[in-house]
Amino acid sequence: MDTSWFVVLSAFIFCIGAAGVLTRRSPLVILLCLELMLNAGNLALIAFSRMAGNQDGQVFALIVMVVAACEVVIGLGIIVAMYRRRLPIDVDAMSELRG
Amino acid sequence: MSPTAYGWLVLAFPLVGTLVVALGWKALPGRLPGWIASAAIGLSFVASLGMLVSLLDQPEEERQLVSSAYTYLETAGMSADLSILVDPLSVFMCLVVSGVSFLIHLYSISYMTSDRGYSRFFAYLNFFVFSMLLLVLAGNFVLLIVGWAFVGAASYLLISFWYRRTTATAAGIKAFVINVIGDVGLVIGAFLLFDGTGALDYVGVFEAAPDAFATNDPQIVAACLMILVGAFAKSAQLPLHTWLPDAMEGPTPVSALIHAATMVTAGVYLIARCHPLFELAPAAADVGAIIGTATLLFAATVAMAATDLKRVIAYSTISQIGYMVLGVSVAAYGAGLFHLMTHAFFKALLFMGAGSVIGAMGGIQSLDRMGGFRKAMPFTFVTFTVGALALAGFPFFSGFFSKDEILAYTLNRGGGYVVLGVVGYIAALMTAFYAGRMVFRVFFGPPVSEARELEQGLLHHGEHANPATGEAEDTDVGFPGAEHHVAEREWPMKAAMAALAVLAVIGGVLGIPGVTDTFERFLEPTFEDSRFHDTAPGDGAEWLGLAAGGVFALIGLAAAYHYLLRDPELRLVTRRRFGRLHTLFVNKWYFDEIFEAAVVRPVAATGRFGRTVVESTFVQGVIVGGTVGLVRAGTSFARSIQTGELRSYAALLLVGVSGLVLYFLIVAS
Repeated sequence: MDTSWFVVLSAFIFCIGAAGVLTRRSPLVILLCLELMLNAGNLALIAFSRMAGNQDGQVFALIVMVVAACEVVIGLGIIVAMYRRRLPIDVDAMSELRG
Repeated sequence: MSPTAYGWLVLAFPLVGTLVVALGWKALPGRLPGWIASAAIGLSFVASLGMLVSLLDQPEEERQLVSSAYTYLETAGMSADLSILVDPLSVFMCLVVSGVSFLIHLYSISYMTSDRGYSRFFAYLNFFVFSMLLLVLAGNFVLLIVGWAFVGAASYLLISFWYRRTTATAAGIKAFVINVIGDVGLVIGAFLLFDGTGALDYVGVFEAAPDAFATNDPQIVAACLMILVGAFAKSAQLPLHTWLPDAMEGPTPVSALIHAATMVTAGVYLIARCHPLFELAPAAADVGAIIGTATLLFAATVAMAATDLKRVIAYSTISQIGYMVLGVSVAAYGAGLFHLMTHAFFKALLFMGAGSVIGAMGGIQSLDRMGGFRKAMPFTFVTFTVGALALAGFPFFSGFFSKDEILAYTLNRGGGYVVLGVVGYIAALMTAFYAGRMVFRVFFGPPVSEARELEQGLLHHGEHANPATGEAEDTDVGFPGAEHHVAEREWPMKAAMAALAVLAVIGGVLGIPGVTDTFERFLEPTFEDSRFHDTAPGDGAEWLGLAAGGVFALIGLAAAYHYLLRDPELRLVTRRRFGRLHTLFVNKWYFDEIFEAAVVRPVAATGRFGRTVVESTFVQGVIVGGTVGLVRAGTSFARSIQTGELRSYAALLLVGVSGLVLYFLIVAS
């Protein structure tokens, strides 16, 4: 099967994820969309790995999964903390780091 | 001990004295700092005597000893050591400097008693003596320049000693700036010599110079002229003399020590020390002789008209140093240095007497206010008169032998030098006149109220006012308190003045032509290579010169007596007839005004231009303002991006990454 199909699909999913990150205000959904973007990257990596005929891309994909897991842990932790403090669950409301 | 070991001791005592007084000022009570400082200088004088005795033990051709403590600097073809040169000339200078300094220290112990800055004064004074001894003992030009600059710094510190007095600080700055002009000249001169001879130590330079330079070679002439600039700035010769009269703002012992007896004669010492070079560059030596003559005449005219007692003596100092410069420039080295010594005695004595009188006047220095102190201050009267007679060249006082010997040498050189000699004699007449004028105006005539108070055992206590401007003084940080010190009441002052008075009378014994000649024979090893031995006058010619000088001195003194005491009407008549000339003399030939217009104003205008145009428009406006504007614009853009909104960050990130990817795709394709 031609690699370009995988790449196009990967780009498509990445764009969906990016659009979600840019448009949604709920941190939970943004995290989900980030997952989508990461996995789009994974898909492209594995596709290229198959195309090249070696395992380097797969190793990278595994690492990306580990990073994604860590990120979710921290992200969810932050969201739980916000919830406990009864802060608004809205990324636009949290803009204290402006210059 | 060898002469050089004594030489190091001569330097060590004042240095130790400086450190002890400067660091221990809090722990030393009362007059102790003064005694410590005086003891240090006294020991230094004893060491100088030791140096003299041990040098005389050496055979005559070996009386030039160099000793090096360590090497400052050694590179290819050049070395500068911390070395001293002990020869008759430096031994003589050490004796004069440490001897006169010791007496002036003694005088200061009393004179400065009520000053708040007592310890500071003695620390400065000891530092000055150390620097001066370093200057005269230095074995190479590098160390000479070090001593030269130290002396200038010490002079600055002491002129500005009463630093709450604006006129004193201004005078200190003026002295320092003019001295730095001389320092620069000396450095350039040393560089030219090093360039030609490849040596920096005296012995090396003087040995190599005759091979390196032909007579009147432009480079040696330039080097000697630069050395003369240094000598003229330090010795207050035309046109760099204006700092010395202003330096009288310092305490009177400072005027006696630095601005009469020692520091200002450094230029004379320098010319005598560099005599092998000046004999290779007769053109430069002639410049020295002409300027010396011009200075001695100019300063004598001003001294006749000035009314501030200390400034009269200051101009007299300038005039007498003119004689010395003339002497050493016409190869009358022995006579010039002899005059240096006798001048140190009688001029220090005159300043001490002036200090005593000023004490009795409660700080007033104007001759117009003084008069009739003869009965109130008999001791000061006698010693001051002795000093004035020596200054005038009254027969058989010390100044008679030294000054007139210089003029006899000058006349004997023949040619154009005769003119210089004649001018010297005319100025000698003026010298006698103003010396007499000082004595008659201070001690004769009807007693002023201060003199009457003193006769009854009281001291005048005026308000403390600056004698130059009349403004009230700030006495918090060091200024003579309510008590004044007159020689009549303080034995250290009396002792110092008595010693100097004796020396001023008998100092001439060392150089009576044809009778003693001790002085010239002692200096002979230093100057034996001089080419001008045959121009020295014989004993007969010298006596003729002395006789002429003695006659002029008597005429001058008689004229002063007649003019000031016998016939006061004459004073008014002459002042009416020569009003313009008198104004010129009183205003010191307008030198200060000329400098003000020619140097100070243009420099100040340049400074103002720099401040208003260059600094505020260009530097502040364009460079600083432009940079600030640029940074501010950049940061305001960066701040506008930092919204704190997560989604806009993400969008920027995405746009940036997409842009980069697109760029690389386009580049790659």
